[in-house]
Amino acid sequence: MKYLYMVLLAGVAAAPAKAQTYMTRNGEAGFYSKTPMEDIKAENKQVYAAIDRTKKTVAFTLLMRNFLFEKQLMQDHFNENYAESDKFPRAQFAGTYTGDVPATPGTYPVQVSGKLTIHGVTKDVQMPATLEVQGDKLTGKTQFSVDPNDYNIKIPALVREKIAAKIDVKVNAACQAVK
Amino acid sequence: MNKKHIYGLVAALLLPFQSLLAQDSSLLKMLNDSASADQHQELVTGTFKATQLVNMPTIESPARQNLQFLIMHRFGKLNQGAYELFGLDNASIRFGLDYGISDRLSVGIGRSSLDKAFDGSVKWKILQQYNTGMPISVSLNEVVNNYTQKYADKPYLDAKYRTSYTSQLLIARKFSRNLSLELMPSWVHYNLTPTPDDKTNVFVMSAGGRMKITKRMSIDAEYNYLLPNQVVSYKVYNTLSLGLDIETGGHVFQLVFTNAGGMAAPYYLAKADGSWGKGDIFFGFNISRNFNFRKRK
Repeated sequence: MKYLYMVLLAGVAAAPAKAQTYMTRNGEAGFYSKTPMEDIKAENKQVYAAIDRTKKTVAFTLLMRNFLFEKQLMQDHFNENYAESDKFPRAQFAGTYTGDVPATPGTYPVQVSGKLTIHGVTKDVQMPATLEVQGDKLTGKTQFSVDPNDYNIKIPALVREKIAAKIDVKVNAACQAVK
Repeated sequence: MNKKHIYGLVAALLLPFQSLLAQDSSLLKMLNDSASADQHQELVTGTFKATQLVNMPTIESPARQNLQFLIMHRFGKLNQGAYELFGLDNASIRFGLDYGISDRLSVGIGRSSLDKAFDGSVKWKILQQYNTGMPISVSLNEVVNNYTQKYADKPYLDAKYRTSYTSQLLIARKFSRNLSLELMPSWVHYNLTPTPDDKTNVFVMSAGGRMKITKRMSIDAEYNYLLPNQVVSYKVYNTLSLGLDIETGGHVFQLVFTNAGGMAAPYYLAKADGSWGKGDIFFGFNISRNFNFRKRK
């Protein structure tokens, strides 16, 4: 009995050591808007992302201000007029994934669903994603599209032709196992 | 198996679940905690929309490798009556090009139709406002102005005598997302004044601000107070200027009402010959267009 108890305890003690949580501070998120008038692209390389493999949960959070645009003026307009980064500094997502992700190295498709918050508006979203297992690294990648209207981001008529109705979003987070 | 062992077993079995439950609800919290712990002070941006309030420069300058083309245009005085279509028959214009060498240093050149004057300027952002710490932004604006208007009766007027220098310290603070104010002490040095009684060094104190009324529109106002007994041989007025900014993509369009006809220093600072009280009001507009030469990787 005493042995069983000790083995169980040892197992519990060992569990956090090979924790199934993976995290990064420099994940990447980008969005792309393509219209005949103008291509707009922005990238944020300071995305905080985490994946918990035991609970199959994922989350990411980022500062809107950290999106870098090709043109400074676009960046200013994005922060001031569209994202209103002073009022709503963060965009974030928290959700779960379904699909098997074994510990063996490889790339596995999963389906992610959860809540995406942009511009102070939270929406239920679903998107396909892949998880790539590589030693103590777990890389999550996804691509989905966002309609600015859903998040109460109004595009004035004057620039409507320059901004796509659906904005393509890519997230790429190479997470390291949390020690 | 005694009771103690059973408790121990239950505890041992439950322990991992406890930590899992905690993890589940706090994955996002963990990220946000870690993000806010790493967060540094933030630069305050968009204190003003344009590089000029109405006539006065703002602390803003074109971003690095950005070229701004500015067209400033003033019609004649509103009180000129119907014959002159309330000033619309006459117009004075200034073209300006400003280029951002870095995000904090820009150079500019301009040409005004008034007096056929050329101006060159350097603007340097000395201090930048942050959300914590530095409460103000300060820029230094240096302008050299040379007019080329020919006068048959003044053959002695060579380039040196036609030149003036203006130094302006621009002190601004963005108080809220809608309100920014600026204080602008200026010092003008003329190489030659019309009479010996006029001072060659003229000091002007100016204040102005911007109030956003919608996301893309704002009202601007500025006032220049010319310290007394400096310009004596001709009548000058303190200038009051009002503007309405309309922002459209890469343009900023400003509708302007001012009692200064000139659009470059020192004309709007110390040579305004119009009086609001008499209806010497110039209507006009400023249009700026930005060109980006920078490719971000």
